[in-house]
Amino acid sequence: MRKCYFDHVATNPLDMRVFDAMMPYFKEDFGNPLSLYESGSKAKEAIENARAQVASLINSKPSEIIFTASGAEANNFALRGIALARQNEGKHMIVTRVEHHSILNSARFLEKVGFVVTFLPVDKHGIVDPDAVKKSITKETTLISVTHASSEVGTIEPIKEIGKIAKERGIIFHTDAVAAVGNIPVDVKDLGVDLLSMAAHQFYGPKGAAALYVREGMRIVPLIYGGIQESGRRAGTENVPAIVGMGKAAELAKNEMAERTGQAKKLRDKLIQGASEIENVFLTGHPENRLPAHASFTVEFIEGEAMLLLLAAKGVYAASGSACSSKALKASPVLLSMGVPSNLAQGSIVFTFGKDNTEEDIDYLLSEFPQVIKRLREMSPYAKGWGTKGESGECTVQK
Amino acid sequence: MKFVDNVKADVTTDIVHMMCPMHLLKLEEKIRELEDGQILEIMTDYDGALEDIPGWCAKTGNEFLGMSETEEFYKFYIRRKVKK
Repeated sequence: MRKCYFDHVATNPLDMRVFDAMMPYFKEDFGNPLSLYESGSKAKEAIENARAQVASLINSKPSEIIFTASGAEANNFALRGIALARQNEGKHMIVTRVEHHSILNSARFLEKVGFVVTFLPVDKHGIVDPDAVKKSITKETTLISVTHASSEVGTIEPIKEIGKIAKERGIIFHTDAVAAVGNIPVDVKDLGVDLLSMAAHQFYGPKGAAALYVREGMRIVPLIYGGIQESGRRAGTENVPAIVGMGKAAELAKNEMAERTGQAKKLRDKLIQGASEIENVFLTGHPENRLPAHASFTVEFIEGEAMLLLLAAKGVYAASGSACSSKALKASPVLLSMGVPSNLAQGSIVFTFGKDNTEEDIDYLLSEFPQVIKRLREMSPYAKGWGTKGESGECTVQK
Repeated sequence: MKFVDNVKADVTTDIVHMMCPMHLLKLEEKIRELEDGQILEIMTDYDGALEDIPGWCAKTGNEFLGMSETEEFYKFYIRRKVKK
């Protein structure tokens, strides 16, 4: 049976060139980067080399990169670190309703300890209105955090515009760019962001390595105290092989960006075109301004989970909503905040492509997907009234 | 403790929110980058620095000029020793 991995937003397979770069740091160069003898100094050198490679991918200085263990850690670090560092200036922050749980739950934690958070809505395409950001700013606002691109609906947010607003008001601006870095060109100077989160396993690097970009001169309260690693801003013995892998993956992503995005776009558009021919399947997110490797849909009358299971039995691996929502069997909060009715939001399915997918993979998906939908609809109690327009309520997503 | 006002520093380093031993590591790193006789300003909110920075100066022969205080952090001033 053909195997098609279309869940690159969950994680990417490790590039074998990355794996090869990592190997020496599991074996002969296993030393602690703080140790003064050879295997330690080699490990330290390798980390600094990786820092420069990661910095180059986002056009920052190496000293502005702080390695973390995950994108979620980078997001927690950004929100708590800035909230605490700036609490004497104000206790208000702005995030959006389409953020990853590592942003939303960090914001909720901060609310519990006395901060005030505005959760901004999005439009039907999942886009945050920069004017709404502007209107939400108060004298107390110290931080704005907006995702660069939604991993669930693929929409790319107007980061540059929001960055300008934040800069004019002297407010710190963070973007969760975990789904974006390595997949689209990201330039921190051009975007005007002060902090940016990224994760290696989203661009063929290993799990366990991620980073927070912190613009030079910014104060931030550490999330993890301990030793002097990462200039005292993130303690803990470094995951040297993973960091080296992140560096190599960043270098490859930079060099191969055009080729990768070109191929991904072709596959994405082919799937969107093919899926639009299936009755009552709606594209979610922005039709054009979306991640090149991302196609997401809601399928009326059936549940995302059921589709995933049946597709997996055919060797097709996809996602439904965000990974967390999917496990918790909840309707996607991102889709709900875009105004998608809850019965439709449950039929969410997300296909994300990678450099190893081919047009034949899409042909296979397009031959299996309609059959899966048909079979589930035949079993579905929600399908009552099938074919009657407006039966499931007004839908804000587009064909 | 010696308090000073209006010291003009040649280089400033901001390590607010960083803990021990960053105040000593940064101090050493930055002093090494200065020319003889130049003045370093260190901004830190780490209380241990009140004892450690003058102590480090006494031990290394660099001149501790004094400190000032804001609501959020301390500023320490150190003049790099002149080699004879």
